Amino acid sequence: MDVRKQEMAETATPATGTVAVLLRLRPFARQALPRIGVAMVVSLVASLVALAIPQVLQWMVDGPFASGDAGQVWLGAGIVLGLGVFEAVLIGARRALVLTPGTHVEARMRNGLYAQLEDLPVSFHDRWPSGQLLSRAVSDLNLIRRWLSFGLVLLVVNVLTLIGGVIILITLNWVLGLIFAAAAVPVIAYSFSFERRYSDVARRSQDQAGDLATSVEESVHGIRVLKAFGRGRYALKRFESQAERLRGTEIEKAKAIAGIWLYLTLIPDIAFGVCLVVGVWLASTGQTSVGALVAFFATGTVLLFPIWSLGYFLAMTLDAKTATLRFFEVMDSENTITDPAHPVTVVDGRGRLSFEDVHFRYQDAPAAFPDLLDGVDLVVEPGETMALVGLTGSGKSTLTALTSRLYDVTGGSVRVDGVDVRDFTRDDLRSRVAMAFEEATLFSRSVRENVLLGRPDASEADLREALDIAQAGFVDDLPEGLDTKVGEEGMSLSGGQRQRLALARAIAAKPSVLVLDDPLSALDVDTEALVEAALRRVLARTTALIVAHRPSTVALADRVALLQDGRVTAVGTHAELLATNEHYRFVISSFDADERSAALNAEEVSS
Amino acid sequence: MSVLGVEGEERDDLNRAESAQIRARSLRLLGSLIRPMRARLVLSIIVVVISTISQVAGPAIIAYGIDTGLPALIGSDWMPVAFAGLAYLLAGVTGALLIAWFTVLSAQISQAILFDLRRRVFLHTQRLSLEFHESYTSGRIISRQTSDLDAIRELLDSGINQLVQGVLYMLFTAVALFLLDVESGFILLASLVPLAALTRWFQVRSQTMFRRTRVASARLIVTFVETMTGIRAVKAFRTEKRNEAEFGGLVEEYRATNARVIKLFGIYDPGLVLIGNVAVAVVLLVGGFRVVDGGLEIGVLLAAVLYTRRFFDPMEDMAMFYNGYQSATAALEKISGVLEEQPSVADPEHPVDLWESRGAVAFDGVEFGYVEGRPILPHFDLDIPAGQTIALVGSTGAGKSTLAKLVSRFYDPTVGRVTLDGIDLRQLHPKDLRRAIVMVTQEAYLFSGTVADNIAIGKPDATREEIEAAARAVGADTFIRGLPNGYETDVNKRGGRVSAGQRQLISFARAFLADPAVLILDEATASLDIPSERLVQDALQTLLADRTAIIIAHRLSTVSIADRVLVMEHGRIVEDGTPEDLIAGTGRFAQLHASWRESLV
Repeated sequence: MDVRKQEMAETATPATGTVAVLLRLRPFARQALPRIGVAMVVSLVASLVALAIPQVLQWMVDGPFASGDAGQVWLGAGIVLGLGVFEAVLIGARRALVLTPGTHVEARMRNGLYAQLEDLPVSFHDRWPSGQLLSRAVSDLNLIRRWLSFGLVLLVVNVLTLIGGVIILITLNWVLGLIFAAAAVPVIAYSFSFERRYSDVARRSQDQAGDLATSVEESVHGIRVLKAFGRGRYALKRFESQAERLRGTEIEKAKAIAGIWLYLTLIPDIAFGVCLVVGVWLASTGQTSVGALVAFFATGTVLLFPIWSLGYFLAMTLDAKTATLRFFEVMDSENTITDPAHPVTVVDGRGRLSFEDVHFRYQDAPAAFPDLLDGVDLVVEPGETMALVGLTGSGKSTLTALTSRLYDVTGGSVRVDGVDVRDFTRDDLRSRVAMAFEEATLFSRSVRENVLLGRPDASEADLREALDIAQAGFVDDLPEGLDTKVGEEGMSLSGGQRQRLALARAIAAKPSVLVLDDPLSALDVDTEALVEAALRRVLARTTALIVAHRPSTVALADRVALLQDGRVTAVGTHAELLATNEHYRFVISSFDADERSAALNAEEVSS
Repeated sequence: MSVLGVEGEERDDLNRAESAQIRARSLRLLGSLIRPMRARLVLSIIVVVISTISQVAGPAIIAYGIDTGLPALIGSDWMPVAFAGLAYLLAGVTGALLIAWFTVLSAQISQAILFDLRRRVFLHTQRLSLEFHESYTSGRIISRQTSDLDAIRELLDSGINQLVQGVLYMLFTAVALFLLDVESGFILLASLVPLAALTRWFQVRSQTMFRRTRVASARLIVTFVETMTGIRAVKAFRTEKRNEAEFGGLVEEYRATNARVIKLFGIYDPGLVLIGNVAVAVVLLVGGFRVVDGGLEIGVLLAAVLYTRRFFDPMEDMAMFYNGYQSATAALEKISGVLEEQPSVADPEHPVDLWESRGAVAFDGVEFGYVEGRPILPHFDLDIPAGQTIALVGSTGAGKSTLAKLVSRFYDPTVGRVTLDGIDLRQLHPKDLRRAIVMVTQEAYLFSGTVADNIAIGKPDATREEIEAAARAVGADTFIRGLPNGYETDVNKRGGRVSAGQRQLISFARAFLADPAVLILDEATASLDIPSERLVQDALQTLLADRTAIIIAHRLSTVSIADRVLVMEHGRIVEDGTPEDLIAGTGRFAQLHASWRESLV
């Protein structure tokens, strides 16, 4: 989490003023802006109409009521009715104008965020808990939409209404009007301190909501571990303490809002009270008419709601501001793994894979630590199968991830057919290099779509071949065969079955370089043997790099590379290395002195 | 088709009875959430009543000031005017202070309700069996606990505030209007008829739409979570563009359903304004004639018009509240559906305690299948004496994991019973069950937090010494010390920086720390390199000396530490004996063992 905070600090733009931040929404809201503008005008007219009603009242008090002209009463009430209908129509028009465009803005931002997240490198996803991403993609954008199509319009309109209202009040009676206007000074002063205080809490609350989403996600994805250890309660306690923190923040937020509401109700009320006394005195001395007094208070009453609602819309605006900041934290994250300006491609590549003095370290590794990959040199010739052997944590998986640029080298280069992988477009590179991960990720799609993920246009025969090689014949026994939905909703597939589908996926992609990260670990001995036999056919025509823990997997390879202390310290056939390299024997051989004797004992018993 | 639990969750063609059924269920939930808050709710209502009274008093005081104060002042009597001014000030100050207090009070209430609901959903999903999780998908559970809760939060945040305040405000305004002028009061009352009709129309229409938005948002979240979880595969297989198209479709679906709801509201809201304004005009018209006839004071008419106008002032807020309420109810419906789900592996009602377990496991006439009529494990009996180490061998899909899941009670047998020390697992107290039986799976999930935190899942109150001892025992100590901050290293999201083998070592250390009577290892060493596996095996030999163990491993090296081997095929145990006997025989295991030996070097 510290990394994230630090990163946020780095990406934070100098412009953190509310207006400056919200202005950044322009590119997404551009198409909606004209309609938002029209809606403001419409809304303003609606407010003016509402303000006009008291003026009609004044006219009636001073006119027909005084003169007792019944016909004029009809006229007055008719005008009030007309204005009322007009106001409703205008409110309807405002909603019609902004609401649909608002949803389009939200959708555009959501798609933009999703595309950016897909584009950002794996290292970004390593650092960002997905709950934080989810809360940005859902809650924050929802907030921004409501602010754009509702908060923004009404905030502007209410402020303008207030200004207009105060002008009317001043024209009705300048003394009373100025008393009322003076009330704005302390309110505005307080708003500034409110802005600072509230922004801070709003931000904290959104971040904590994201952390809570992360907790939820982990509790669901890690359900098996929690169940196996009966730690539901323990997870709940952690979750509770986070939820408790969020609750505290929310209450703090409510206190901030209560503070501004106190000012927004108290100050106008005080002003009104003073106006009442002064107004009656003015009327008593004939300096103002009773009608004007009536109109003054009627107008003032109309203004009370816009004043109160300022607190609400101000808070909403600040919420939208922090949500926007959070959105742009992702959008501004620099993508370090991008397509080159002048991509190179290779026609008829044969799939030569080479590592040249490859260095790699995770960006948050302490400086004192040596590079995880510290000068790897290795060449896998076209059609050759190279096994990669090394201790747990020696960097084998990391090395494989460099081939398709899930991470970029921090020194040296990885080349496919002589071209630095960074000079291909990512799309081109990844169509040349296909990977099977140890952790088989399946998506909620059909078996067919999952297997043909890398090549959706592959033929039925190719699909069948890939399934055959991976010994994934079990798919025909699934309820709907190849069209059965697996993945998220197919958790009931066993680890071995999932691994075979992932393997079939890599094979079906027909790459020129196949990278398999311990692809058979979850398979039983028999199945493994069958897969291996079939795999040999593919491997004969494909360059392959296979991470291996077991001698049986190593047996698939033409040569073996031994990864030790961040370097490839030996390359040779399995037999050569076994004979000459002690570390290799240590890593791959099951027989040490103890076990050898145990095995001998077992054989003695059996004979 | 029933709508019990989460069944039929995505349908939007509910008939009247079904719709009423899930409404009732969500209202029950709402009721149970509000009940503990009664006292505070009453307090907050009192506060808001007083504050509303003082707000509503405003126009009456103004009317008094004009009708009584003005003539009095003309007669040089300052008293009534001063009184009106002070009363107005007092009312204003009281109202403002109480409103502020009420704002905080209602936030406390709604946050307490939210906290309670969050807690309940979290706890309940933890309680639900794996079967549920596997079919319902993680994305949907996440969406229930995030975006659905957001909808409820939105309602509670502003809604309750607006509702209580708005209703009281309207109520008092109406009462004040009646007290002031009965005729105007009746006009206001009459306006409630079209208001009710409009609200009913909105309710019926929006209910279905809101249900659709919940489904659409859940779909969106499912896809989003899946993409982020599987980002490596997404990149490696270049599915970004296809995903964007798919996600874009879901975004559009969500947008469109949302827009439809909003449009509905766009008719409802101005409709309310219209009714309000017509009422004002009618009050003015009728009152105006009476003023002209001399039957009504100008001040009273003014107050009546102001009251009528004010009565409709909170209407927009109320409409928003109602909108939020409809949205929240749709969310509550979904959440209450999850809460209604009964765990198929339920906690016992009368749990039997088992303080000290010996670790004798027995299967009594057990049969198991996920779907009726398709047994995975046909009828069998099996007795595992305390302290025995069993190796479970057989091809992928033979039912080994299923058998292990029955022992760890991830599932309950369809027929028969599984017992620990003679007690049916279904009767055993969950805490005793989980303390006695621990399963380590191939999928070694790490939670965000430090390495030490992750090991401590095996025993939350473990000291640092115990944690390190467990790590040393499984040979994880060396690599952990090599991490940037040793045991305090953050494993980050899904252990991004810790290799698969290292994750397995950490989860092994967890199991060591948990120190159960029965340990189940389901392919728990699959990702380990051979030296690490050897260390683990050595550790196991010591650990398993006095406890029961069931070990599933494709690498038969495990067999050397087993007392007994069970070979499974198509859900049946086809061979059962000591490793020596089986290897010496000519059966399935002898073949497997021979071919495995050949693969070794």
